[in-house]
Amino acid sequence: MKEKSGWIARAGALFIENGGPWGGSGGGGDSGGSGKGPRNPWSQPPGGGKPRGPRGASAMDELSKRMKDRFGGNVGGEGGNNPWPLIRIGALVIGAAWIFLTSFHSVGPQERAVVTQFGAYSRTLNSGVGFTLPWPIETVTKLNVAEIQVINIPEGNTTTENFVLTGDQNIINLDYSVRWSIADPELYLFQIRDPDVTIREVAESAMRASISRATLIGAIGAQRGQIEADVEKLMRSILGSYRSGVRIEGVAIKRADPPAAVNEAFKDVTAAQQEAQSAVNQANTYAQQVTQRALGEAGAFDKVYEQYRLSPVVTRRRMYYETMEEVLAKVDKTIVEAPGVTPYLPLQEMRKRAPAAPTEAAQ
Amino acid sequence: MIERLIRNPFGIAFVALGALILLSATISFVPETRQGVIVQFGQPVRIINAYKAGVPFGSTGAGIMVRLPFVEQVQWLDKRVQSIDMDEQEVLSTDQLRLQVDGYARYRIVDPLKMYKTARTEERLTEALRPLLGSSLRNELGKQTFAALLSPERGAVMNNIKTGLNRAANQYGAEIIDVRIMRADLPKGTPLESAFDRMRSARKQEADTKRAEAWKNAQIIRANADAEASKTYAASFGKDPSFYDFYRAMQSYKRTFGTDGSKPEGSTNIILSPGNDYLREFRGRP
Repeated sequence: MKEKSGWIARAGALFIENGGPWGGSGGGGDSGGSGKGPRNPWSQPPGGGKPRGPRGASAMDELSKRMKDRFGGNVGGEGGNNPWPLIRIGALVIGAAWIFLTSFHSVGPQERAVVTQFGAYSRTLNSGVGFTLPWPIETVTKLNVAEIQVINIPEGNTTTENFVLTGDQNIINLDYSVRWSIADPELYLFQIRDPDVTIREVAESAMRASISRATLIGAIGAQRGQIEADVEKLMRSILGSYRSGVRIEGVAIKRADPPAAVNEAFKDVTAAQQEAQSAVNQANTYAQQVTQRALGEAGAFDKVYEQYRLSPVVTRRRMYYETMEEVLAKVDKTIVEAPGVTPYLPLQEMRKRAPAAPTEAAQ
Repeated sequence: MIERLIRNPFGIAFVALGALILLSATISFVPETRQGVIVQFGQPVRIINAYKAGVPFGSTGAGIMVRLPFVEQVQWLDKRVQSIDMDEQEVLSTDQLRLQVDGYARYRIVDPLKMYKTARTEERLTEALRPLLGSSLRNELGKQTFAALLSPERGAVMNNIKTGLNRAANQYGAEIIDVRIMRADLPKGTPLESAFDRMRSARKQEADTKRAEAWKNAQIIRANADAEASKTYAASFGKDPSFYDFYRAMQSYKRTFGTDGSKPEGSTNIILSPGNDYLREFRGRP
């Protein structure tokens, strides 16, 4: 509150002081007259206004008395110390500075300056130095037409989920941004009340309309590019119908995921896909093994058979003996000669040896 | 008297201030973005910078405006396209599903005089139109099925809403430019949860189908390979079945008695009778 009243006082002081071109020169005359010799009217502390303000009437009285002393019929003092020329020069300087500051406008290469004359649109200045009539007559609003502005939806933190319904009544969590720039400065300034809010709302409407045409799988995957293009087109046509003077540069879907609540189920589908692939791979491996083995065995048999056919009897005997030789060479053999003898099988002994064999085998 | 006033610097200031006040009460700058209704003792007398479609900026009524000081007051109205944002509405579709709908309407004041007479200020205009927007959205969308609410057919519904709202807005001197649904969400809680459940079960179905398909494919691949192998064997071994029998038996002996490098389980004892074919020569030829 205190701060505010201070502001008002300061503003008031400023008004009196800078009021130069506005007929406030009377006030300037006060200060200049009461001052001691030539003083810059700008660096003048807001003497009349601020510090003496609260004392009000008495200060005014004193001042007016002094004024009367000076001007009231006392012509003698005028020749030596006349403040009026100084005031005129001061006013002139202020006026010149005023005109200079409010009529010259340097417009950057990326800017356009919209000039209004008494509020009515007059013209648009391109980049370079532009001239206008001084301030209250013509007003200049500079707009950056090259800057691409970005609207993120949802705004700010992306931890909250922005659910959007798809055409097949599923829900996705969507994060996207719209890039736009000013295409037509006049329309941008005069046509739409809140261009930024409008663009945001149109973006949201267009995006949801597009998503509602897509399926869940399309929206989170393959159709993303298509949706982006659709939204761009739709936004252009809506904003064009409002004559907003805004150009949509692009729409980018930053994230289109299933909601966290069902993410596990989606991951399971991916896992199932992997499993399916690996099952097929295993089957293919088995198939390779089986067919190759068959080819190998058949090939081997064919080779042997070719030779066998040349001399069947000899080959057959040879193979028989060779095999038996190998087999019998390694095993314990018992030959029972006499047909009348009841063979005694040392089963006890064999049982004793039996456990040893597997351990040997294991080692 | 006047002379004294002019001589006195305070007098000059006073006169200047008075002139300034008078000037500001007489002359106003009308920007392109506003239109005004000039009111004299509560009665609207004329309109400045009224909206006319298709008039380029610079040729409108914007600019300097002169009025009778203190007698004529200006009620400013926005000339631009403005929005009515509505509160979220819960819409019940014909198939009894709930949807949380949020939308907006864009309008422009096209008849400031009518607008001033009926609503006076923009706030009151939006206050009057907002419930209308909400209720017409609810009514029109309530005639649709849930699927239709989501579908692109929504365009026709929106046109109905726009026409209805425009009729109401015309009474206030405003024109509805566009009505759009911004959001259409399932309400939090049960509807959202059941949608999630549905999504989950759909995914589970997909995953299970994938697994089953993979199992089927693997089986077929294996069976095909077995058949292929069988064919190869038959083609080769079929040339001489009796030799195959012998050949295979020899291989089998080698394997079972562990002479092909493998280690069969269990030890082997062989008891041969002299009648064995292998021992034919062992007995000595007669």
